[in-house]
Amino acid sequence: MKYTDVLIIGGGPAGLCAAISAAEAGCKVLLVDRNRSLGGQLVKQTHMFFGSEKQYASVRGIDISKILLNQIHDKENIEILNDTTILGIYEDGVITAESSGIYMKIKVKSTIVATGASEKTLAFPNNDLPGVYGAGAVQTLMNEHGIKPGKNVLMVGAGNIGLIVSYQLLQAGVKVAAIIDAAPNIGGYLVHASKVRRSGVPIYTRHTVKQAYGKDELKGATIHKLDENWNPIEGTEMDLDIDVMCIAVGLSPLCELLWQAGCEMKYMNELGGYVPLRNERMETSIPGIFVAGDVGGVEEASSAMVEGYLAGINAAQSIGHTVCNIEEKKKDLHDQLHALRSGPVGTKIREGITQLQTVLEAAASSSL
Amino acid sequence: MDDNAIVCRCSDLTVKDVRNLIAKGFTTFDELKRISRIGMGPCQGRTCAQLVLRELSIATGKQISELKPGTYRPPVKGIKLGAICECSTGGEVHD
Ligand SMILES: Cc1cc2nc3c(=O)[nH]c(=O)nc-3n(C[C@H](O)[C@H](O)[C@H](O)COP(=O)(O)OP(=O)(O)OC[C@H]3O[C@@H](n4cnc5c(N)ncnc54)[C@H](O)[C@@H]3O)c2cc1C
Ligand code: FES
Repeated sequence: MKYTDVLIIGGGPAGLCAAISAAEAGCKVLLVDRNRSLGGQLVKQTHMFFGSEKQYASVRGIDISKILLNQIHDKENIEILNDTTILGIYEDGVITAESSGIYMKIKVKSTIVATGASEKTLAFPNNDLPGVYGAGAVQTLMNEHGIKPGKNVLMVGAGNIGLIVSYQLLQAGVKVAAIIDAAPNIGGYLVHASKVRRSGVPIYTRHTVKQAYGKDELKGATIHKLDENWNPIEGTEMDLDIDVMCIAVGLSPLCELLWQAGCEMKYMNELGGYVPLRNERMETSIPGIFVAGDVGGVEEASSAMVEGYLAGINAAQSIGHTVCNIEEKKKDLHDQLHALRSGPVGTKIREGITQLQTVLEAAASSSL
Repeated sequence: MDDNAIVCRCSDLTVKDVRNLIAKGFTTFDELKRISRIGMGPCQGRTCAQLVLRELSIATGKQISELKPGTYRPPVKGIKLGAICECSTGGEVHD
């Protein structure tokens, strides 16, 4: 059995910041990630980030992760376990993991789940052909491993991820045949959309994949137009000669460990799917289990970092640790979150999260 | 959507298979899982569950938010029995 004060599951921006703040409060921290290197989604983001200055806007994602990792390595009370997957959280509080092929048990005083999100997929004929990828997988191949996924790509999804990955494909010398989206409007930021449009890539809204074809691998795809009720319009089929299809239709929070632990969950479309109820301290309905980042609602690295700091401080405080000016620090973090969530998209997210907090607080007061 | 689109690639289940099972009366994720193994492959529902819930929502007329996702149990991914044995016989890592 391995013992620690605070276990942090996931080393993306949320987990890294949680580790920094829990360690600053004097806790013994164990930071675990199933990947070989820390950084989560940041590792493959070669573009400059949006967000606010405090969260390193205009710095490339990969460089943000370097800045955070330097702070982590400076702290002696943070132990890092890479290539380690947390397998289960049990009723008696024991947490199990597989670390480079070795099975182990961990006992902790407090846990922060920062496992991020996983990619959604689509059902269309031949969606199992080699050559059909999630956009995140293509990014990993290209930006982490230096491998081009193919020659000519159809990007499905015109949100920020679809747009950014398209641009990165172009930068790598890969052709992007088209970007399509079933929605009537482009979901991502206009700056990103304009950049790919200027490079000559058409963006077709209200379009979806009819089918993919090929025998052993992807050889092409047919797309078609949708009417206002999302039904395909006959005669609008278009054939595309492509060898890669990238699915970028959104992410859903990776909550499996929270379900296992018995945390109360609620389905919220604006947050990407099922998300845990949590209070202002980022604590779920199970005392001692905190959340931060995309696992609590798909958002951005900037808010994931702030939530990480908050979860770290609160987890530390819940087991008797503190830092100076703790209440001011927490207030400042809440203010930062509020500012990040001030736009139209942010408002929807803020309302969703407020609802999660209200439900949990109501449940807590009725059980008193 | 064409019926032959794959929903669960580990068990080779198509949209048609899922629809047939729902028509037979397997109308929750867990029931579908028990009869077909959907959600029990390496993905553990991370990719396929959302497609299944969508089909269930269409067939039952309920919103996805009213449907129950499957029960999640440890472990989140496969682990070798040998590794568990080694741990329980004392070969585990200590601090
Ligand atoms: C193409 C793209 C562009 C983006 N651009 C921006 C941008 O410009 N600005 C911005 O603010 N945001 C951007 N984002 C969003 C941002 O990357 C995410 O919101 C952010 O990374 C979420 O952080 P996180 O720490 O919650 O999760 P992640 O970064 O996903 O990290 C989660 C970590 O948990 C680990 N993990 C999961 N399960 C387990 C387990 N069982 N055991 C151990 N480890 C586990 C994973 O391996 C992963 O490393 C972008 C995202 C993408 C995909
Ligand atoms: S795709 Fe088979 S278990 Fe999910």
